[in-house]
Amino acid sequence: MIASIPPGLIMILGAVLVPFLPARVRGAYMLALPILGLWQLLMLDMGSFGQMTLFGYELMHVRVDKLSFIFGVIFYIAAIVGVIYALHTNDKMEQTSATAYMGAAIGAAFAGDLITLFIYWELTAITSVFVVWAGRTQHAYRAGFRYLIVQVTSGVLLLAGAVMHAQETGSFAFDFIGIDSTGGWLILAAFGIKCAFPLLHNWLQDAYPESSPTGTVFLSAFTTKLAVYALARGYPGTEMLIWIGITMTAFPIFYAVIENDLRRVLAYSLNNQLGFMVAGVGIGTELAINGAASHAFAHILYKALLFMSMGAVLHRTGTAKGSELGGLYRTMPWTAGFCIVGSASISAFPLFSGFVTKTMILTAAASEGYLIPYLVLLFASAGVFHHSGIKIPFFAFFAHDSGMRPKEAPANMLVAMFLTAALCIGIGVYPDPLYAILPYEVTYIPYTTEHVISDLQLLMFSALAFAVLQRTGLYPPELRSTVLDFDWSYRRLAPAVVGWAFKDGGQIWAALIGGLQRILRGIIQAVFHLHGPDGVMARTQEIGRSALVITVLLVIFLVAFYV
Amino acid sequence: MISAHLPILQVVVPLIAAPLGLLFRRTPNLAWLLTLVISWLTLAISVALLAQVLTGGPISYELGSWAPPWGIEYRIDILSAFVLLIVSGVGALVILYARQSVEAEIPGDRIYLFYTMYLLALAGLLGIVTTGDAFNLFVFLEISSLSSYVLIALGAERRALTAAFRYLVLGTIGATFYVIGVGLMYQMTGTLNIADLAARLPDVVQTRTMLVAIGFLTVGIGLKLGLFPVHVWLPNAYTYAPSVVTAFLAATATKVAVYVLLRMYYTVFQGHLFAPLPVDEILFVLGILAMLAMSAVAIFQTNAKRLLAYSSVAQIGYMILGISLVTVTGLTAGVLHLFNHALMKAALFLALGCVFLRIRSAKVDDMAGLGKAMPWTMAAFVLGGFSLIGVPLTVGFISKWYLILAALEKDWWWLAAIILISSLLAVIYIWRVVEVAYFRARPAEAPPVTEAPLFMLVPMWALVLANIYFGIDTDLTVGTAARAAQFLMGVGS
Repeated sequence: MIASIPPGLIMILGAVLVPFLPARVRGAYMLALPILGLWQLLMLDMGSFGQMTLFGYELMHVRVDKLSFIFGVIFYIAAIVGVIYALHTNDKMEQTSATAYMGAAIGAAFAGDLITLFIYWELTAITSVFVVWAGRTQHAYRAGFRYLIVQVTSGVLLLAGAVMHAQETGSFAFDFIGIDSTGGWLILAAFGIKCAFPLLHNWLQDAYPESSPTGTVFLSAFTTKLAVYALARGYPGTEMLIWIGITMTAFPIFYAVIENDLRRVLAYSLNNQLGFMVAGVGIGTELAINGAASHAFAHILYKALLFMSMGAVLHRTGTAKGSELGGLYRTMPWTAGFCIVGSASISAFPLFSGFVTKTMILTAAASEGYLIPYLVLLFASAGVFHHSGIKIPFFAFFAHDSGMRPKEAPANMLVAMFLTAALCIGIGVYPDPLYAILPYEVTYIPYTTEHVISDLQLLMFSALAFAVLQRTGLYPPELRSTVLDFDWSYRRLAPAVVGWAFKDGGQIWAALIGGLQRILRGIIQAVFHLHGPDGVMARTQEIGRSALVITVLLVIFLVAFYV
Repeated sequence: MISAHLPILQVVVPLIAAPLGLLFRRTPNLAWLLTLVISWLTLAISVALLAQVLTGGPISYELGSWAPPWGIEYRIDILSAFVLLIVSGVGALVILYARQSVEAEIPGDRIYLFYTMYLLALAGLLGIVTTGDAFNLFVFLEISSLSSYVLIALGAERRALTAAFRYLVLGTIGATFYVIGVGLMYQMTGTLNIADLAARLPDVVQTRTMLVAIGFLTVGIGLKLGLFPVHVWLPNAYTYAPSVVTAFLAATATKVAVYVLLRMYYTVFQGHLFAPLPVDEILFVLGILAMLAMSAVAIFQTNAKRLLAYSSVAQIGYMILGISLVTVTGLTAGVLHLFNHALMKAALFLALGCVFLRIRSAKVDDMAGLGKAMPWTMAAFVLGGFSLIGVPLTVGFISKWYLILAALEKDWWWLAAIILISSLLAVIYIWRVVEVAYFRARPAEAPPVTEAPLFMLVPMWALVLANIYFGIDTDLTVGTAARAAQFLMGVGS
């Protein structure tokens, strides 16, 4: 019985009840759902079930194998700590949608065919936008909208690609897809959007920091890692992904260094960490896939931990801007401590979780002879330490004293952060249980002299650079500012260029743009003219004229028949 | 024993009960109770009939034991059983909802008329579907039409009267065209029994008389089903009719007309008309035009009922499109959408009925802030809207899915693209309502609004949940639609 329920469904169906429960019971209920789900997942045997036939195509709703299993486990763990972290809130919309969202992501990780994947894929999009909107600000509303459009586009691409893929291969099965066909490209584009590939990434930095302190914790764990899972399933060993991945690791660093909103810094570093996983998938060897999967596992935990600590700061002080914070360690020592654990993990300090997973990807890149990717990944590792490892805790909890003396974070937040921090350290110290559930057998040994030394060298020089820059005043100060990213080009630049060309630009430009605008306006006007309330399509006509239309239609039929 | 007479009971029970409503002029609640009992009884009969047909194949019932073709034959196959279930199912849920909505929208001394006419319309629609006689079908068509003219005229605004009058004139033209078509067929074959017609028509299908008959039948039935561009009666009728009537007619009347079209094309002419005549091509073009143009019109509407009315014409375009593909998959999509569209439109119109009950308006602008004030109603509207758009896990997705499959079977990628574009138009017009209801605050001077009463919420939500249930478990709907399509196309089932 319990074995025939698709993973994730418990949470999706369970979410329906959430808004009806009194606030006191609701938290416990929401916590019970992922615990029950995790228990059910551990009961499941490897294999597939839920078979059905859709117009000649075999569909398989649920597939449990080692790759989906590890993602399922970490998703459930993230759900559990996320719910604990959010226990103090009483926002029905966020609680309901977040529960359904987490369930949908888990379901997607176990989808055996592309149709099932598509359904869960869209469900994560639709449910998560309510988590963004639960920020309940005008910004959150607008960002949520942009987020929704991007996510739904991803789903439509996935469906289109799946249909084409099925036409070509005769099967909807979700196995290796590859980029040899149009369908494969479309699906890759769909995954790429969710995975925040460079130039497709803006929705992430746009929407995540606008959500509520608790909402961001939920969001950060699932959508992008689901995409990493999908890539690892459909495109392992696709070399293009290495280059995409290393670009992802490198470019957000610069943004992260100058960004002031610390939650947005974390969003950029999320992007950077995804790059490691994408590069791992691109390398595609057993070691690299193991690295990508385990890094996703570790990453979900420490990224959640960092977002939790910043969320706690935001919760207590009402801001997460580096320029306004500082010196909080005096009154929020626990939060500061947990934040440092998260920072050490993301920076891959030995004995923390990032170390035992990220070095796998680096080693895989090195052993396959990808020199440039290896160097970029090294540079990115140093950069991570810089912006997430030092900048986040430094500006929030130390640096200059902002004079703020907030209370320590609520107990439930501390418990959630404690559990997550314990896992981060646990994995770093004793990685064997994690290695045991990786997709492939692990022969990798993290704690060799070489790994540790090279890692420490990197970290120490990075720390030195930070210290020197701070000392000499060269470090970009934390200013209230807006960082322009690529989305600026289509949200501001393009309209501005058009406006400029229209106003001061050459005659030809003006004529061209003017002509285009006229055509567009003409089309809209024509549609409105025909279809608007007074248009011929919508006007209430005299009965006589309606009868005439009927007669004309009859004549058309008769003439067509005779011809 | 009684199970042998179910086909006639299906029609006669509501027909005989209808005049009883006249006894309850002063006690509308009793009239409601009577209608409620009768409509649930008809639903039970429909379910029993579908079960019989699914296990035992088509049922033939001789009226008054006169053997066909002399007597009238009632004939129920899988398609008719499926449509019966749609009509009586929606009818039963709507009437559960009706009491409070009717009290609010129809003057007290006319409420008994509503219930009488409602039962007559129900009997007429069910009769159309059960009968196996082309002329008897016309009689039921008139019963249902005449009663629905009255139902529409019961609307609160005076414009309901002109809307009903327009429908009366155009509907009568449609019915006349149908009779002309039937008359021509009778002239050529000497029979009115559908099975007999089917046996004799193939020999004469190429004659000019038959060409004219097909033309008249198509346009006449097209009028009743809201075929673009002869749908012109529909928007006003749906807009100004009482909310309950709109929900009932939108979910059943047009569907039954589509059923008649299928019956004529596939049972009477057995699909022989598609090869020599460009019927399917013309319908194909009209279906696509309806999907695009009527969705565009819906975007610009300011009255939510009218918006949904135009959306209905667009959705009928989907059904016509599926039928005009003349493949098993296309026909499956068409028949499936018959059921699915009934679910989504009934749910949406009932939601608007709840809104109307509370704010006395169906204008989009007046719905500002209702997302908070009437959370259950608006949530039902949103889910119904999702279904209309075709979001996965709703019935709308299943319909579109099969329609797109049918398009791809012919390698018509562009058609799949058009279907998607039309879905996007649906996103726009549904979103207009959602945005006003959820993201605009209720004006400060507006009177406070409370949630609709439980008696209205329960049937509405039953329909919403059906939208989701049948979007996940498609065994009954897709299975039945596919069997009906195979049956109609004459492919082994």
